[in-house]
Amino acid sequence: MVKFSDDKINKVNEIIARYPEGKQKSALLPLLHLAQEEFGNWLDVPVMDYVAELLQITPIEVYEVATFYSMYNLKPVGKYMFEVCQTGPCMLRGSDDIIAYIGTKLGIKPGETTADGMFTLKTVECLGACGYAPMMQLGKHFREHLTKEKVDQLIEECRSKAAQNN
Amino acid sequence: MGVKLLLDKAHVEGIRYFDVYRREGGYRSVEKALKEMTPDTIVEEVKKSGLRGRGGAGFPTGMKWSFIAKPEGVPRHLVCNADESEPGTFKDRYLMEFLPHLLIEGLIVSSFALGSNATYIYIRGEYAWIPDILEQAIEEARANGFLGKNILGTGFDCEIYVHRGAGAYICGEETALIESLEGKRGNPRIKPPFPAIKGAWDRPTVVNNVETLAAVVPIINMGGEEYAKIGVGKSTGTKLISACGNINKPGVYEIDMTISVEEFIYSDEYCGGIPNGKRLKACIPGGSSVPILPANLLLKTAKGETRYMNYESLSDGGFATGSMMGSGGFIVLDEDQCVVRNTYTLARFYRHESCGQCSPCREGTGWMEKILKAIDTGKGKMSDIDLLWDIQRRIEGNTICPLGDAAAWPVAAAIRHFRDEFEWHVLNPEESQRRNYGLAHYADAREVVA
Ligand SMILES: Cc1cc2nc3c(=O)[nH]c(=O)nc-3n(C[C@H](O)[C@H](O)[C@H](O)COP(=O)(O)O)c2cc1C
Ligand code: SF4
Ligand code: FES
Repeated sequence: MVKFSDDKINKVNEIIARYPEGKQKSALLPLLHLAQEEFGNWLDVPVMDYVAELLQITPIEVYEVATFYSMYNLKPVGKYMFEVCQTGPCMLRGSDDIIAYIGTKLGIKPGETTADGMFTLKTVECLGACGYAPMMQLGKHFREHLTKEKVDQLIEECRSKAAQNN
Repeated sequence: MGVKLLLDKAHVEGIRYFDVYRREGGYRSVEKALKEMTPDTIVEEVKKSGLRGRGGAGFPTGMKWSFIAKPEGVPRHLVCNADESEPGTFKDRYLMEFLPHLLIEGLIVSSFALGSNATYIYIRGEYAWIPDILEQAIEEARANGFLGKNILGTGFDCEIYVHRGAGAYICGEETALIESLEGKRGNPRIKPPFPAIKGAWDRPTVVNNVETLAAVVPIINMGGEEYAKIGVGKSTGTKLISACGNINKPGVYEIDMTISVEEFIYSDEYCGGIPNGKRLKACIPGGSSVPILPANLLLKTAKGETRYMNYESLSDGGFATGSMMGSGGFIVLDEDQCVVRNTYTLARFYRHESCGQCSPCREGTGWMEKILKAIDTGKGKMSDIDLLWDIQRRIEGNTICPLGDAAAWPVAAAIRHFRDEFEWHVLNPEESQRRNYGLAHYADAREVVA
């Protein structure tokens, strides 16, 4: 069953209260973020339906939004998602090489996930870190000034974190 | 050292926290505005300051504020645009990360001026760690009586909420932002009605950039007239520039708009020159959508005058030989960079970010990306260059929102100034995959600064 904990329900109510009375649909983007974090880092249909129910809107209103914004994952993704920026300013500082290097190292192409479900490689457009390029988003944070050595370290870091959690 | 009004305290240890910020003189503008001024006199002060919107369009802020409708009994809203997604731009992030209280302070004063009791910060979703920083600053301000009910005993109530986007450049456009705030897809609205009349939840709404709202703090503290004395002409005050690309010191700089472009690139106080002794090839001075300029036209105008880092000078010569201040995203290309490839990545960006509502933008951006990719990978035809020119011309001015123009301009400028490089790619499909065209555009290499 897809259901938030009581704790999260309090959070949901607090978010809804930020918007004018009767305009609870405004809470849709924040609630989808919350749901994605809570239910496995992607938005399965039952999850979206649950959010619709919480906000008393129709499921289609949720699907429309979930498909529009690039941060909502509509398919399962790896435990660690490397979202590497490929736009002009990052390209000028070698993002093409970094993307190729990660691909070779993990044996996947952009858009793919490793067979063990550990890593997803995704190319993304400018993340607002152009001065610290090349860069990627990893979870909540940015990893900047990437080099091949740093990529190696990051992959190790993720693997050992995953091993600890198991 | 130039004047600093926004980042002067950025390096004070602990400035992110209320106590330190307050000790350094923070929140004085709230006391002054709420106790000694009225909403109307604040708007007057902002008009006098000559402040122009720092989000990209450069519209006078005081004038924008004076347009807000005030129907009886209808709440009004201020929305802070922290969507910052124009490639090359990362200044608002710096302000929010390091000086969150400066933004909150500016938001309180501006909310008072506009009569907004519920103010929203719309922040791009990828800046996922920044809402925590802002929310902490908001809590601290509330705990100290600067937010919440009856602020400083003046009877003014104000709440500030952070609303996270979810990955869409188009949500930086103010009407798309409002749609997104309402929980919808980020499809820009047809104007009129303008947000000042009918914005969020059909209520009068003002949308301003992070840096614009932070600049309200020094304006109130020093007075609009004093603020207007800094800078030159209609480029008053200071401007944050986020510098990136092939420079020694990428980062965010506050400039007072009197320095030359050459000084900005080569001085150690700013970008610190180009790495490895390379020469300057080109620059996109105001975020990815403004025209790219070759080195000679960047440093000097077509009339041979020094070009300065301000609104008027950067646009001197119009689109034929000038560019724009835009969002202040300053992107430098050294002699090893390929203008075709750079333009291709930008076209890909705009195709990805088009909301798809208008056919010239939806179809045009995809088509331009495809052609540019072909040329970049050595599969282009000579006729493709004219076709590109034709497509961009058909997009410009024919769409609901300015994203169409923003996609068209970089392609137009690249062809206008670097047509020879496009032709060389077409004529040398194999060689162009192995080496770059370099600085062959310049008939006289002395035109290019070492
Ligand atoms: C496609 C597009 C993207 C935009 N992105 C931003 C943005 O990220 N941040 C911003 O402040 N303004 C952005 N703008 C400009 C806003 O529409 C609006 O003019 C601005 O927020 C007004 O604030 P200002 O007057 O303080 O600059 C964008 C405009 C367009 C057309
Ligand atoms: S110009 Fe492009 S982004 Fe703007 S409304 Fe039209 S299709 Fe959408
Ligand atoms: S271009 Fe990569 S972060 Fe801006």
